[in-house]
Amino acid sequence: MATPIGLAAMGGVLSERSGVLNIGLEGMMLTGALAGAMGSHFLGGPWMGTLAALVAGAALGVVLAYLTVTLGANQIVTGVGINLFALGFTTFVERVVLRPAGIEAVPSFAQLAAPGLRAIPLLGPLLTNLTPLVLVAIVIAPILAVFLYRTPWGLALRATGEAPRAVDTAGVSVFLVRYIAVAASGALAGMGGAFLSLGQLNLFSENMTAGRGFIALAAVILGKWNPVGALAAAFLFGAAEALQLFVQSYGLGVPYQIPTMLPYVLALAVLAGFVSRAIPPAAEGIPYQQEEQ
Amino acid sequence: MTIRTAALRLLPVWAVLFALLLGMFFVLLAGAHPIEAYRDLLRGAFADVFGFATTLVKTTPLLFAGLGVAVALRAGLINIGAEGQIYLGGLAAALVGLYVRGLPPLLHVPLALLAAFVAGGAWALLPALLRLRRGVSEVITTLLMNYIGLYLVGALVSGPLKEPGAPYPFSPPLARSAYLPTIIPTTDAHAGILIALVLAVVTYVVLEHTPIGFRVRMVGANPPAAAYAGINVGQTVTLAMIVSGGLAGLGGASEVMGLKHRLFDAFSPGYGYDAIVVAFLGAGQPLGVAVTAFFFGALRSGANIMQRSQGVPVAVIFAIQGLAVLFLAASLAVRHRIFRWGGRSRQPAAASPVQAAGVTDPE
Repeated sequence: MATPIGLAAMGGVLSERSGVLNIGLEGMMLTGALAGAMGSHFLGGPWMGTLAALVAGAALGVVLAYLTVTLGANQIVTGVGINLFALGFTTFVERVVLRPAGIEAVPSFAQLAAPGLRAIPLLGPLLTNLTPLVLVAIVIAPILAVFLYRTPWGLALRATGEAPRAVDTAGVSVFLVRYIAVAASGALAGMGGAFLSLGQLNLFSENMTAGRGFIALAAVILGKWNPVGALAAAFLFGAAEALQLFVQSYGLGVPYQIPTMLPYVLALAVLAGFVSRAIPPAAEGIPYQQEEQ
Repeated sequence: MTIRTAALRLLPVWAVLFALLLGMFFVLLAGAHPIEAYRDLLRGAFADVFGFATTLVKTTPLLFAGLGVAVALRAGLINIGAEGQIYLGGLAAALVGLYVRGLPPLLHVPLALLAAFVAGGAWALLPALLRLRRGVSEVITTLLMNYIGLYLVGALVSGPLKEPGAPYPFSPPLARSAYLPTIIPTTDAHAGILIALVLAVVTYVVLEHTPIGFRVRMVGANPPAAAYAGINVGQTVTLAMIVSGGLAGLGGASEVMGLKHRLFDAFSPGYGYDAIVVAFLGAGQPLGVAVTAFFFGALRSGANIMQRSQGVPVAVIFAIQGLAVLFLAASLAVRHRIFRWGGRSRQPAAASPVQAAGVTDPE
């Protein structure tokens, strides 16, 4: 449950740390979900699908980077545009390509056999969708953390989000760093989307991300712009989502919308309570321009 | 107005045309003829009285919510929560329409509209307060509240408000006295469009020609300068957000009171998100918003006909809208750059949402 949000949130961390607010995470996830399903069907198997999702997400990331970094367009407006485009485009492709071809179920990831985990009372049955991508997400988090905090490239990326002028003076291209960060952010969001269409389900359906990309943005803040923190925050939201299934399967007689609302309410409550102590990267949202000659 | 500024004013038109041009590629992908598809789209939106009525019906919520987003934009806020505010407005109007009985229409309709304005405004107030008190960006909070609003309405019409024995989640019909009257006989076109147009003019006058509007624009253009000039920035931001949410809430009310006459689960097909496009392409100007809302209302209306006759999915127009936003954002940013090179402007390109949206005072 937490994996798609977690992957997208880690992408959000990379992008925001480099100074670009990526509202387009939602659209990139959705495109990744479609590319994953199509890749799995046409290229042979869920891993190829995941690869296609990575590429599709990264491609949208490059578009966002071109508009916001090279042209200096407003990041929020551009992100909103990308989300709208992705929603229209993926729905369109589903209608004109997938449906006429009769593609419904695509090859998806098998569940990992983890008998020990499933035996845990109460929690065990909730550990559904335990697919390889869950492990990938759990492995990526510490790798990203080491990259960000223990390598010169990570330092360059963080510095780009805080003081781009200084990075530029040091001879590192602010544009290049931001392009790479935003493309990687799109790739991670795309993989999160592929988890939905290849791990949780085995098909693409219209608007299947349903705002998870926006919850991921909240997870970035709650995780204080740290990849491990973002993944942990995603687990909190994932738990809320799992609780919803729990309530539904026990049929407590409440409309399903009440528990479905839970992750969003939790995200809002958490933002209201925590953010005074969380400070975003200083240069976030500001396009960088080199000094005039 | 010089030729140059006139050309710049037309940027949104270019962005839309360019997006429509690219849209032809999608039409081809769907196996249809682009020219024929667009011709059917135009015909569907305007050719007969039913098409035109549908265009008006689709324009109405876009205009209300687009005005709302524009007001926030002028105050320097990005309200992405119009969708949620539409749901809350629809809910409040439905409650008044369902449970307040025995009023004449002349009282019942305004009461329901007022309730919708208050509910939508309240839904926008929380993000405003969170921004002012806790520094949380309104972008994320309004987005999250969209989903809460959607599911709240869904839960209520599946539970306490559900019509007994109904096959789908919807409420019983409102009292007749809370219906917005039909304006074109035998069609769906209702008086909501007239109310929306009046509000567009009112919003224009208030924004451009009153002290309150001046404060809003000043806060949007330059908050520190506004504070220095003695304007209470927090109060102005809060007021703009409440009005923004209230206007979007009226969009929901007009759907419920004018078109559906019941509260349905998921009754808005994304009008609140389109409203962002409408406000942005309308450059945050109420009259520009009216033109843009009408254009996108026609697109939505005609796209249904195009889907039926040419087999091109309606979703194609959402892709076109997204492209139009991207083109406009890009061209505005480039414009700022050109100005900078020309030594005309020292401001960083697109530093504030107001500048990014190309909002300029019509001098």
